[in-house]
Formats: sequence, structure tokens, C-alpha cells
Amino acid sequence: MSYGWLSDEMLTYMIAVSESTPGPIMVNLATYVGSSQAGFSGAAAATFAVVLPSFVIILLVMAILKTALKNPWVQAVLRGMKPCMVGIILATGVYMIAKNSLPMPGGMVFDGKTLLLTVLLATVYFGSRKVVGKRISPIALILISAVTGIVAYGV
Amino acid sequence: MKLLFDLFLTFAKVGLFTFGGGYAMIALIEDTCVEKKRWITHDEMMNVTVIAESTPGPIAINCATFVGYRQKGMTGAIAATIGMVLPSFCIIFLISLFFDHFLEISWIAHAFQGIKTAVGLLILDAGIRMISKMQKKAVPITIMACAFAAMLLIDVLALPVSSFVLMLIAAAAGLFLFSVKRKESKGGGGK
Repeated sequence: MSYGWLSDEMLTYMIAVSESTPGPIMVNLATYVGSSQAGFSGAAAATFAVVLPSFVIILLVMAILKTALKNPWVQAVLRGMKPCMVGIILATGVYMIAKNSLPMPGGMVFDGKTLLLTVLLATVYFGSRKVVGKRISPIALILISAVTGIVAYGV
Repeated sequence: MKLLFDLFLTFAKVGLFTFGGGYAMIALIEDTCVEKKRWITHDEMMNVTVIAESTPGPIAINCATFVGYRQKGMTGAIAATIGMVLPSFCIIFLISLFFDHFLEISWIAHAFQGIKTAVGLLILDAGIRMISKMQKKAVPITIMACAFAAMLLIDVLALPVSSFVLMLIAAAAGLFLFSVKRKESKGGGGK
């Protein structure tokens, strides 16, 4: 914005699109802004620029990780961080589900349909292992949810 | 060459179906790279996720680079990372060219609404899988429970605290507990 590339409103819209389309939000946003400013080459340049640092950082970390993992202090740090991350992920999942389907501050207007959809999808996803012996894949769940979304909210 | 193509294609699939940020992708990567392809172990996956959480940049990119490098060195890392980015790049590029009001197309909005529900479930699933493989000891369970409560509080009250702060505290706790333990074993005439 400080470059005068985008208006406020435009940026808000772009963030909304980047959040709902597949792929990492930051990468999507970079592609979008780049494309809006300089077409294909702009999109390619912006995307490359946003991916490169993580790419390099992980390669560096991997290079030191092999020896570092044997260090008891590094192990101690990881021992603390791993369960913390599990807690964070669980909380994020629980909050997302609750925000989507229950009346909550900051959530959407309560809609019985959404709650029903949540229960339905949860039953299909977690229940499939018990019935068929194999759990449906996350990709299948995404596809099913898109179709049920179109059906449920379309009528 | 076959492996490179496989890496590219697998991550393109993950990239195409990763909605709503990095956590949802963990379930997808677990499903493909850990369970189906057996490219990495669950424990390695945990390590990458922790590293991804504590370094800047999208978790998805970090994971793709890690798995690609593990399988086929530098070229593997590049193939997997490009695979991860390409689908969303194409989608966003097309949207930016042809759709000014993409989100106002009603069936698309409805599909996204449905997907949002699935994403919450996938994140929950990733968390549950991690718990089931966690050591059932007092310390990790306490840290997990505290992080869960703290993160939920942050989300519900919309506090301006990043999850990274929690990770830092947990890292410090890990160090502290280790140094206490070491002192004890030293005092006890251990090594």
C-alpha cells in the first residue's frame, strides 16, 4: 500500500480470495498482487520472491539438523515445543469448527444448516474408518464438502 | 526422473487441495507422504512442523522443500516446492485475469463455505493423530493442555498474541526442565 499499488478495498478483497482459494495464503496473495501490477511476469516474480526465503531456510535448517538433533539441549527444546504445537493445532481446529457452526462472538450469524453440515461431514470422515475399514482421504473430504456446500446453501 | 515427477505430482495434489492455511495441510501430508508413500516418518513430520512453526514462511512450502530434499536432494526439493506452488499460482493468476467478482459467484461461495467446515475437521484430525502418537507422560500432556487452553483463549478473545510466543515459552520450559533434571542426576552421583 505504501507503494501505491493497491487501494484498501482492493487489498481486502485480494486477501479474501487468497484465503479461500487453495494454497498458502501468503503465496496466493503475492501471486495476486504481482499479477495485478505487472501481469504474468509480475505474478511469477512476486511468487518466487515469497517462496525463496522459506526454501532456503529449510535447506539450511536441514543441513544443521542432522548434528543438532543429537544435542541433548536441542532435544530438550523440541520436547517442549512438540506438545505445545499439538495443543495449538488442536485449539485451532476446535475453534474453527466452533466458529463455523455455533453462535459465537466474532463468528457468523448462527445457521442451523452449517451445524448440520459439520455434524454430517464429521460423521462421514471419522465414521468411514469404522464402517468401510479405511478412512476416506482428506482430498475426498474436501471434494465432498464442496459439493455438499453447493447443495446445502444453494437451495 | 520418475521420483522427481512423483514428488512434483504429489505436492501439486496437496497444493491443489490445501485450503485455509498450513494446519489443514498437515493432515494431507500425513496422509500422502507418511502413510501412503512412506517418504518420511511421523516423527520427522513432527520435526518439520515444529521448524515450520518457528521459521517465517508458509508451512506448506517448508514441508514440500523438506520432503523433496530428503528424497532426491536439491532437484527433489525444487520439484516438490514448484509442485506445491503451481496449482494455486495458476488458479490465482486466472482469477486475477478473468474474475473481478470471483467471490460473489454464488455456487463458488457455497462450495467455499462447505470446504471451510471440512478444513476445521482436517485440522482437528491432524491434532488427534499427533496426540495418539505422543508420549503419554505427565510433562508433555501438561504442556499440550496448557498450549491448548492458551491458544483457545487467544482465538476466542482475539488477543494480539501469536502462536509463536507459545512455542517460545514451551521451548523455554523444555530447556528449564532438562537443566533441572540434569542437575538432579548430577547431584545424585550420576554422570
